[in-house]
Amino acid sequence: MLDLRHLSKSYVAGKPVLSDINVAIPAQGITAIIGASGTGKSTLIRCVNRLVEPSQGEILFDGADMARLSGKALRHARRHIGMVFQEYNLVERLTVMENLLCGRLGYVSPWRAWRRKFPPADIARAYELLDLVGLAGFAHQRADALSGGQRQRVGIARAVMQKPRLLLADEPTSSLDPKTSVEIMELMAGIARTHGIPVLVNMHDVELAKRFADRVLGMAGGRIVFDGPPADLDDAMLKKIYGGEDWLH
Amino acid sequence: MSTAPAIREDAFRRRAWPRVAAVALFVYVVYACAQLDVSWERVHAGLDNAARFFSRLFPPNFTRSDLLIKGLTESLEIAVLASTLGIGLALPIGLAAARNLMPAWISWPARFVIVAARSLHPVIVAIIFVKAVGFGALAGILALTVASIGFIGKLFTEAIEEISDKQVEAIRATGAPFPSVLAYGVLPQVFSRFIGFATYQLDSNLRNSTMVGIVGAGGIGGTLFAAFQRFDYDYVCAILISIIALIMIGELFATAIRAIFIENATFADLFRRGEAMRHVRHSEDD
Repeated sequence: MLDLRHLSKSYVAGKPVLSDINVAIPAQGITAIIGASGTGKSTLIRCVNRLVEPSQGEILFDGADMARLSGKALRHARRHIGMVFQEYNLVERLTVMENLLCGRLGYVSPWRAWRRKFPPADIARAYELLDLVGLAGFAHQRADALSGGQRQRVGIARAVMQKPRLLLADEPTSSLDPKTSVEIMELMAGIARTHGIPVLVNMHDVELAKRFADRVLGMAGGRIVFDGPPADLDDAMLKKIYGGEDWLH
Repeated sequence: MSTAPAIREDAFRRRAWPRVAAVALFVYVVYACAQLDVSWERVHAGLDNAARFFSRLFPPNFTRSDLLIKGLTESLEIAVLASTLGIGLALPIGLAAARNLMPAWISWPARFVIVAARSLHPVIVAIIFVKAVGFGALAGILALTVASIGFIGKLFTEAIEEISDKQVEAIRATGAPFPSVLAYGVLPQVFSRFIGFATYQLDSNLRNSTMVGIVGAGGIGGTLFAAFQRFDYDYVCAILISIIALIMIGELFATAIRAIFIENATFADLFRRGEAMRHVRHSEDD
């Protein structure tokens, strides 16, 4: 499904944030990336849909190398990759419905989008997804009137509107309280399972990763230092990923 | 008694240059007054003259109202046409000048156009257009269009450069084409500010449209200037009162537009004062 080969990224020459990442993400299940702040988790996720330009390597998605695409080809590839953001990244002054329909902008011509002429099927789907994420009746609320948890529900619904073949989630729960975090992860995991969408998510919270992930990637210093099922994450491994040990007890 | 704490560095950074600048400004003000012969005797002599002038202003003389109304109507037309044309042109130019969305080879020429449009005062631009296209309203319309491009273009560019990249990033990540990114990621973030700029510009154009007539570019200004030169001060007063009334009506109109677009007020809210209006205002962030 997604195959990263020799992926490297340096924002400043000589200081790589990612060095030689090689990993394949299967066509289903939740893959969680854990690691301390600044180890390149976010950069890795953002390289996949080219919000960040990789310095080297290949990003094979559905057989095409994302790293080499540009212009229209890149936009068409992005349509198949949904993304959920840490700070939700909703368009604050648009309504919930408009934010959801943003997920269809890759398929609707700008002229139609400008006049809010979306296909009826897209609008029907948006209402279904609003029900699914528990925001029925919120369609005409402006995004800036919602709470954090509600915003992230809209963020997830927007990503799912794309009918994505891969869902990226960049710290989707880091701005939320623990209870809401679990609810959001449950929602995302549930949608991923029922729609058969593979998820690549990065997170700080080890417990949350253990609870929801089928597979965990541990990153330290721009490299993957752990790759395995959550059950294999023991204290020794966590020490290797995060460094130090005082925090474990 | 406790021992005195160890002396650390000063808690505030004290800089010398703001004080030097303040002293320099004071010295320059004194020098400039001396240069321009601004003195109390001069002000006193001026006040006597002013008293005579003001006494001749009243009562205002509205007898030549047909000329007055014709001039005001022409000013209003100049202001509305120049605002429509200028704001319409400022939108794409301001967008092109935004460095966070456009490559340098587009943004620099657009910035040059905006700076050029801003660099000359509307009166000077009006004189140029009077020479170019002849006396009349067309010169005024063109002059104020240029002024609108400069003002709206600059503010619109700055508003776009201050938007949140996160919202734009999210739209780009969906594979949306660039015009759709603008429509959904950029414009919603700047729309209310743009309405604010546009109404302010309409207000400003209305004021300037009463003035470009002085240099022959149409509107009430020509009538006003002629009245001054004939010492028809009572007629001057009538014109000034009419201009003030026109500007105030324009101000009310601009406030209503802002309330509708920015504060989501309904038409009925506009005629309701006090609590209801305040409620509408507080339900918004800006």
